[in-house]
Amino acid sequence: MLDNTTRSNNLPAAPGVGYKPQHFEQILDNAHPVSWLEIHAENYMGDGGRPLAQLRHLSEQFPISVHGVGLSIGGEGPLDPDHLARLKQLIGWLNPASFSEHLAWSTHDSHFLNDLLPLPYTDATLTRICEHIDLVQDTVGRQMLLENPSSYLAFEESTWSEPDFLREIARRTGCGMLLDVNNVFVSATNLDYSPQGYIDAYPLEKVGEIHLGGHDEDEDDHGHPLLIDSHGREVVDTVWALLDYVLDRSGPKPVLIEWDTDVPDWPILRAEADRAQAALDRVPA
Amino acid sequence: MSVSQTTFHAALLDPAAAIPEGLLDAAAQPAGRRFSVYRNNVAVSLTDAMHQAFPVITKLLGAQNMDGLAGIFLRKHPPSSPLMMFYGEEFPGFLAGMEQLSHLGYLSDVARLELALRQSYHAADKEAAPTDALAIPPEDIMRARLGFAPSMQVVRSDWPIFSIWRFNTEDGAPKPAAVAEDILITRPDYDPAPHLLPPGGAEWISGLQAGRTIGGAFEETAAQIPEFDLGATLALLLQGGAITSVTIERLAT
Repeated sequence: MLDNTTRSNNLPAAPGVGYKPQHFEQILDNAHPVSWLEIHAENYMGDGGRPLAQLRHLSEQFPISVHGVGLSIGGEGPLDPDHLARLKQLIGWLNPASFSEHLAWSTHDSHFLNDLLPLPYTDATLTRICEHIDLVQDTVGRQMLLENPSSYLAFEESTWSEPDFLREIARRTGCGMLLDVNNVFVSATNLDYSPQGYIDAYPLEKVGEIHLGGHDEDEDDHGHPLLIDSHGREVVDTVWALLDYVLDRSGPKPVLIEWDTDVPDWPILRAEADRAQAALDRVPA
Repeated sequence: MSVSQTTFHAALLDPAAAIPEGLLDAAAQPAGRRFSVYRNNVAVSLTDAMHQAFPVITKLLGAQNMDGLAGIFLRKHPPSSPLMMFYGEEFPGFLAGMEQLSHLGYLSDVARLELALRQSYHAADKEAAPTDALAIPPEDIMRARLGFAPSMQVVRSDWPIFSIWRFNTEDGAPKPAAVAEDILITRPDYDPAPHLLPPGGAEWISGLQAGRTIGGAFEETAAQIPEFDLGATLALLLQGGAITSVTIERLAT
């Protein structure tokens, strides 16, 4: 459990985008309305070269959010001490405005699978994840935000709902929440529950950051809609509407646009950030 | 029915394996092809990573063949760390062991070159020695020892890997001839660039890396390769900012 001297997160309640190196010049030239940038931690764990030089440069002008995709918080085995040390080093020199990771696993038997894999929501998983988050927060010396996953299937053995599970993790570890609104919509569609009902049960008071991204549409064996979190296109209208639903209840929050595959030209990404700004503008501070 | 990560992991990497019991769809029926979303994510993301990591190999083999090869490789050698920037270290050895590719003997060395370029790209920054650091009397030059930038790499081959690399990355580059080529990679700013080393260049640099003086390494190299051109090799290192320190031991007086 964190004590109250631990550094917490302080991103502005404004639009941010996932940083892509091809946008470097244009971001420095005209970022408006983008006020902060998010990086994937693992891409900046080399020893030097252009990635670190660009990040140093950007961090002088923008608050940076460090978003880990490789820690495997939900792994059955212990966290990789080498990876923890790399994370500590990055967060140490960069002193980012925020640090977040996923409710997922990605490493097993020292094999990294490069995907965010699902977890059963059981007491055993809860205990293990809380131990891992305690270790992460102790190691990097600051609060972590935990992101809800996109789910394509459910575990028969689960005994907790996802919002309750996340709330209990926050209570036990003192971690904050990264609410991915697209993931809520994807999971709710895939598993037939109400996305608004999910938000109503979710610990909104712990949210330090919101994610938005695009998804693909597919079907399962029985013709049931199967949405796939792809981060490869615009955010759909129903997800923007769900963002409004969230912001009406949470107040203004930092809102990130994620676009990781088929990365568009900067003006298209900026237009998505404009839309996030408009959503924030209609909420009283 | 609980599903361990061992079970999940095994079924992920083996498309022929049964989907683990205990995974459900929205109607609490067996998850079926919903599980394939995870299988696809893993296979597609690692295959994409291989395409990005080995663009020249991909060009040489064709994208479709590369997909097939990556599919075998990623199951045999899944990443051993979340640092995807270094994924594929076993790929040169894997290519060398593929019997179907034995008629393309150079592939493995081209893959080593592409790995070395990526390692150079992510290597630590180190400032080059001042341009006049070697503007010293010739007898001092021969007594000097050199320190090299972490981004410097030497790739040796029995194949014309420099010519193959250029032919597949530069418009109008000449067709490769059947000769052995050694490559020096330097990174003047942030972009690693391969250069063809003159004969003996790789041996001489290796001597310097082992702590020999410029003169000592030269004598060893020239004994084997009389035509070794020290000036041309030194110029490549200097122009590429690969020399980071020059240390001259003073003779006792």
